[in-house]
Amino acid sequence: MEATEIPSLKVILLSGRTLGQGRSKVIGKFSDEYLRDVAVCELNAEDIKSLGISPGQNVKVSTTTGSVVVRSVLASQTSQRGIVFMPYGLWVNMLIPAETYGTGMPSMKGIEAEVAAAPDEELMDLRSLVEHLAKGG
Amino acid sequence: MTRLPKTIIPNVICTFCGSTCDDLQVTVEDDKVLSVRSGCSSSLSKYLNYQADRHLTALVRKNGELKEASYEDAIRRSAEILAGANYPLLYGWSSTSNEASRAGMELAEWVGGVMDNTTTVCHGPTILGVHDIGEVSGTLGEIVHRADLVVYWGSNPVHSHPHHIMRYSSMSTGRFRIPRKDRKMVVIDVRKTDTAKLADQFIQVTPNGDYELMCALRMAVRGDELEQDVISGVPTEVIEELADLMIGCQFGVIFFGLGLTMTEGRHRNVDVALSLVRDLNARTKFLIMPMRGHFNVGGANEVSTWLTGYPYAVDLSQGYPRYNPGDTTAVDVLVRGDCDAALVVASDPVSNFPVEASRHLAKIPVITIDPHPSATTPISEVVFPTTITGIETSGCIVRMDGVTIMTRPFVPPPPGIHSDVEILQDILAHVKRAKLGR
Repeated sequence: MEATEIPSLKVILLSGRTLGQGRSKVIGKFSDEYLRDVAVCELNAEDIKSLGISPGQNVKVSTTTGSVVVRSVLASQTSQRGIVFMPYGLWVNMLIPAETYGTGMPSMKGIEAEVAAAPDEELMDLRSLVEHLAKGG
Repeated sequence: MTRLPKTIIPNVICTFCGSTCDDLQVTVEDDKVLSVRSGCSSSLSKYLNYQADRHLTALVRKNGELKEASYEDAIRRSAEILAGANYPLLYGWSSTSNEASRAGMELAEWVGGVMDNTTTVCHGPTILGVHDIGEVSGTLGEIVHRADLVVYWGSNPVHSHPHHIMRYSSMSTGRFRIPRKDRKMVVIDVRKTDTAKLADQFIQVTPNGDYELMCALRMAVRGDELEQDVISGVPTEVIEELADLMIGCQFGVIFFGLGLTMTEGRHRNVDVALSLVRDLNARTKFLIMPMRGHFNVGGANEVSTWLTGYPYAVDLSQGYPRYNPGDTTAVDVLVRGDCDAALVVASDPVSNFPVEASRHLAKIPVITIDPHPSATTPISEVVFPTTITGIETSGCIVRMDGVTIMTRPFVPPPPGIHSDVEILQDILAHVKRAKLGR
């Protein structure tokens, strides 16, 4: 039996600040609100459809640095296909290359990435993700 | 201490983002914040929730686990870590007062470490650009009263600085400008953000295409001919119209965000933005200003510059200040695995650095001074609870346009909680004793 191919997309990943992230980080970084607002990837409606998932189901975002599972969200500010957005936080940091090109600043926006449907994969909460990185993950 | 009866405190300075709005009205009763008026949603969330999820005792790691400890034990352990380190990193400083940054710099001198602030992963490239070109700037007050053209480039203030547009730019009421009627607002971004939806004109640039677009705009402003039809996703006629709009305004301003500093080109993007504004000043009056993120990231730069000559990434390991961004910047120091201890004040590097930098942070002893648990807490060796600047403790801060403001406390801190300044001074006293062999 042939393995079913997991639908995926080549995208440009942007990270940035959001109102939800700003509000929930002061409620508490280990709160459910912070997890809900930050462990997400905003995708265009057509892109979500082409992954064969519904908004709210998990996706796996990967770059040359690593990969992370986050919840998909229908983007309200991205009209274009192929551009995805994740709020600043540890989840997107798992994907950011460390190279600063002699400036001290890593590339945190405009990174080549791949998004794949991962409705059955579990999303790690902040504490688990910190433990994961502390172990070298 | 007597508790305050129900009191409305006017003109409270918001210590959330770099706008540091000074018009909050906070109602306090029995040392608790009951309500906040005039704040944006981020500020409301901060003032109504600052007591939630709070460290109330010091923590020190024992047998692999963070355990409650006395303040004195936490100070002793911190001093031991820092005095014993060869090359510690002292990082953060943008969500605390100038006084705390000053105390931190003295500590950095004594321990021979690298003193870096959050500018390093924010507007660091902006500062590098300003070193190269210089900056035509002014205060937000001038912009409120005079600007008739406001450009937000690579910035989404509706989310990052929610009241900026209303208080300081397109929708503010100035002496010589009526909100919106007399002002034009242009947004240039890679996506149609909520800020773009408020603009008179939105120009969509391709990701990592800002440098080319700005060079083309500079050419158009200088009257040079553009030979391509489309540059970075923007048709040439749109660029030429924007150049005409910029030249034709009486007083323009570009507010730019991390869309320029975090993308390909980095400080070169900022170089060309600053050069564009310099060129525009041959034709009209134009200013440029970075949208600084944390409420006192400007202060962290100012204090570092007063004391060492350099605004961030200051290496004091040789006994004198050295500054070499790309080498002495926090992410590079961590990724190379150079530093053997870290002090984190008012910041959460694990939530803001690339994972490779955080992996090294997890391997070395980290001392964290923060009112709230953060992603850096679980990897820390020592954690200090602290007071909140602008709510429980006073301190000087610097607004995004360089104006210095003194914040005022309006509720007492929880019992036994020390301020950042007190904690740093106590660690310093122990470090001095250790270094002097007393």
